[in-house]
This record gives sequence, structure tokens and C-alpha cells, in this order.
Amino acid sequence: MIEQPLDIKSLELKADAIRMDIITMLTHAGSGHSAGPLGMADIFTALYFAGLMCYNPKNPDWVERDRLVLSNGHINPVLYVAMAHAGYFPHSELKTLRQFGSRLQGHPERLRLPGLETTSGPLGSGLSQASGMAYGLRLDQQKKPHVFCLTSDAEIQEGNYWEAAMFAGKNKLHNLCAIIDRNNIQIDGFTEDIMPLEPLAMKFQSFNWHVIEIDGHNFEEIAGAVGQARAIFEKPTVIIAHTIPGKGVDFMENDWRWHGSPPGKADVIGAPPASDQAKVALNELRTLKGKIQSEHQ
Amino acid sequence: MNINKDQNLTSKLFLEDIEMLPIRKGFGEGLLKAGEDDDSIVALSADLTESTQMQAFAEAFPERFIEIGVAEQNLVTVGSGLAAVGKKPFVTSYAGFSPGRNWEQIRTTICLNDRNVKIVGSHAGVSVGPDGATHQMLEDIALMRILPNMTVIVPADSIEARKATLALAKTQSPAYLRLAREKTAVVLTEDSPFEIGKAQVLLEGSDITIVACGPMVYEALLAANSLAKHRVSCEVINCATIKPLDADTILKSAKKTGRVITAEEGQAAGGLGGAVAELLTDNLPLPLHRIGVKDRFGQSGEISQLWHEYQLDAHAIMQAAMKIMSRGNR
Repeated sequence: MIEQPLDIKSLELKADAIRMDIITMLTHAGSGHSAGPLGMADIFTALYFAGLMCYNPKNPDWVERDRLVLSNGHINPVLYVAMAHAGYFPHSELKTLRQFGSRLQGHPERLRLPGLETTSGPLGSGLSQASGMAYGLRLDQQKKPHVFCLTSDAEIQEGNYWEAAMFAGKNKLHNLCAIIDRNNIQIDGFTEDIMPLEPLAMKFQSFNWHVIEIDGHNFEEIAGAVGQARAIFEKPTVIIAHTIPGKGVDFMENDWRWHGSPPGKADVIGAPPASDQAKVALNELRTLKGKIQSEHQ
Repeated sequence: MNINKDQNLTSKLFLEDIEMLPIRKGFGEGLLKAGEDDDSIVALSADLTESTQMQAFAEAFPERFIEIGVAEQNLVTVGSGLAAVGKKPFVTSYAGFSPGRNWEQIRTTICLNDRNVKIVGSHAGVSVGPDGATHQMLEDIALMRILPNMTVIVPADSIEARKATLALAKTQSPAYLRLAREKTAVVLTEDSPFEIGKAQVLLEGSDITIVACGPMVYEALLAANSLAKHRVSCEVINCATIKPLDADTILKSAKKTGRVITAEEGQAAGGLGGAVAELLTDNLPLPLHRIGVKDRFGQSGEISQLWHEYQLDAHAIMQAAMKIMSRGNR
């Protein structure tokens, strides 16, 4: 548990720092996903630094910790950066992402890095695992831990996801909270073109979930939704977080071509040349930092 | 014929009235006992509670019995989550569906993730009978054996299934337990030894080693009995643990006899036959005859018809042995 939750201005600054680390580590790694991690930076910042989640980096297996299950393992750069900032491992280790021998595997591997709750990458199975955890914790009458499952939107296309949605709804797993990164993109294009998900909220409602829709870049809304999820004892909660993929880097925002690519690898129409992408992105984020300060001063 | 006294086989071994029980029944009994001994044991069903023999557990421990419905991917992934918080889940279905349908989830969320989930696949083999090819799982041993961290056990009879279940309840790593549906001769007794990773020499012989698992163990014993009358001395090994394979026991026997047959009720490729072929190739290259289904699917029929069609019975083992013996040289 962090000692002192950050205020909103500090959270925004933290999120900005996390985004810069994401750009730097992806550029260094030369492969990996950009858009998702940037889009989810605010939510991870809120979970780790706004006092929304109980955890202890010095004792990652602490039984009373909240569980964070990352179902869409490919956005792990944001998880790794958040964990480094939280103190799970040295910040300098971030530059080993995807390298031989690194604890920061291309997709998260629980056995390699203390603090990870599961191994993920293949999509659609995180919600089931989170449901199993929530069920088991309730069986033991462990009232403190809450299970958070972070999922992408496109992985909802997996059948396994709906099996989990049925299971959690049937069993009224109130200690389970799914947070969906509703950024509307997937590798082949926009979700509503590839395989439409809407009406998403109604689907979860009909599966006996409590549904909250938020702006995934608004810290007050994130904190409010998580607080609500903890308070509701009748059903599991899903927070549909509307996010902007690539958030904070203008040439990446809302562009599905950045779903699976790192900066610096290829020229993309409408973006700076490959050699300048990281520099431009970092400059933009630095500028953002200036804006954050000016807005709150 | 030298019956290994240490194995305490049934006294009715070659008698007409040998007891016949479904192998899966032993699992049900073992699970109930394991549940009594350890309250972290939970059981998950995918709408097949009675046919996987979990009724007794479900009635005794309703709070630890979790009905998943017809959703085998969820079955194993919820299992993984339960294991993550210290539960010891036994997840059950027909082998054709689990691990047939949910292999990737088993690979990622159980094996790579090293979660203590016991996957129980019932109704394996063509002996499922009238249900036909879709329900006659033949590829499960191969599918599970290839996964790192996975233990694979195929008990020979109801008693061994019970012991295997109790032994698995005490281990901390992923495992697959393969069960057959139909009644199978009970060749072992309560006093027969069982240990995960240990193959048992049931009959000692000098001419041919027969390595068998599941219902084929009894068939191998019957074949050995007939072969003895033709002065062929068979060593019959019950290889219940396919992974980790008991290399010492198998190699020691193969060294002695110089001839090896494997027998299983599944695809010979990749199954027990595959495992023994790999072992011999690496350590003691010898001609190997694999009894098993040969790159075909099953079909509807009675067991006797199917075992004859797929050459899976004592007669087939005997014929294979005679053929090998007629080659002369070892």
C-alpha cells in the first residue's frame, strides 16, 4: 500500500512520467505494443498511486493484497512501468524489456517477476482466472482483497470471456471488478468493423453485472468507479473505460496502426519518420507536463 | 509365469469372475477421500457431475463443488484462478472436451503459470463405445505429455485411479488424470504399490517387455498368460505415469528382454508408445511394436468390436509378440 495517495495534479504528472517511460522502453526494445499501454497509463496510475489498490512491493505475496490480473498481456509495458514506479523492481530494469534473460518478458510471466498475478498473452482467459480468484477468496471469507481484471475490448470477442462473464454473474462475485480498455482498436482495425462489441454495457447488464462507463483519462471518474465497485455487494462490476489509444502522443492517438508497433521501427504515413518518432513522442509528453502544471497552478 | 509377489495382484487375475469396475469410479472415491482429508480441495464440473463420478463429493462438500456449465475453457481457467489463491482444484469433464477443447488455456494459465490444477479427463479411449468418434478421445495423452510442468497419469483400474487421485491431491503441480468409462478388470489390490513416476513390473519375464497403461494393462496380462503357453516369457509393466516416464524400470527391462511392445487405448503416436519410442531411441535403440490406434478416429460400436477393429486387445498384443519372436534375433 502506498503511504500517501497522490492528488490529482500529482497523478497527472505521474501518468505523464509513466508514458515517457513506456515510449523509452519500447524504443529500446524495438518491438512491442504502443497504443494500449499509453491509453491505459491513467488507469494504471490511478490503481497504483491514488490509493485504489492495496499492495506491498516489499512483500508481493502478501495474502491481503488486492489482485491485479492483466488479461491482455500485450499491454504489459504500462504494468511494468507502474510496478517499477511502485517499487517492485529497480527503474533501471525497464530497459531490459523483451531481452534475453530479462524478468520483463515480452508478455508477462508470473514465475519470472514477483508481483505479477498471472501469466498472460493469449487473450480472453484473464477474466476466468480473476473469477476463480474472487470465488476462492470468498470461499475463505477473505473480505479484504478485491480482484481487478484489466482487459482489452477486442478480447471480448473470445468465447472464454463470455464463459467467465456468465460464471461471475451467476455467482455474484462482488469482489471482482473488470476494467475494460474501451479504445475501439485492434490489430486489424476498429473493433466495430472487425467484430462489433456494442451494445457492450447492455451485454454485461444482461449477464448480471453492475456496469459503469467512465472517461478512462479522468482520475476523479476512475477513482469514483473503483470506489463504487468496492461498495456494491450484489454483483460483479465492470468499468467500461473509454480511452484514447496512444493517448498523449498526437501521431499515435486513435490510430490502430500503432496497436502493435513500437516507436522507431517503421515509417508510418502521417507520423514522423521512424528515426524521429521517439523524440517527437517524448517531446510531446514533456510539453504535456507543462500543460498539466499550468492547468493546476 | 512369474507374477511379481510385491505387486499384490488380485487372486482372481486370470479367473472368469475377476471384479469389473469403471476406472472413473476410483476417481470419485479418491476425490471424496481427498476432500475429507484436505479442505482446500475443490471440484469443478462442466455439466458432467455424475458421469465423472463427482456426485459423492458434490453432496458431501456442496460449498467446495463448483458447477461451471458447458464451458471447458472456463473450467480450467477458473481452476487456475482458484489455485492462485491456494485452492487445489480438480477440474473434470470428458477428455474429448478437456483437454480436447481447452489446450491453450491449460498451456498458458496452468503449465506456464505453474498452477496446481488437476485436470481429469474421463471417457477416454474408443471404449466409450456407442457415442462414437467425437467422444472417443485418443489424442489426450499426447496433448498433455508435451506440456512442460505437466504430470500425466493413466491408471490401470479403479483401485489405481483412487490411489492416483489421492496421490495427486498431495502434489503441488499441474497434472492430467485420464479415465476410461467402461468397466475394467480390477487387477490391483489395496496392497499394490502406487507412486507417481514409478512404473510397476507386474509380471517378470525374459523374452518380451510389454509396457502398458490404462485398460490395456489387463489385456497385456491376458496376452502374457496366453503367450506363456507358447513358451514366450513376458515382462508386463504397468506404466501408469506416462510423464515423468520411469526410464529406469523400462530400460532395465528392455535391456533384459531386448524386445518391447507398448499398449495403450489411444493414438500410439505421441502417447505411451511415443514416449517409450523416444526413451529407447535416446538410450537403447531397439525394435519397438506399438499397440494403439494408428492415425485413425474411432467410431460407434461395442467395446469388443472396437478393440478388435483397432487391434487393441490381448489378442492383438499376443499376435504382435508372436511376430516379434518369430524374427528370432534380439
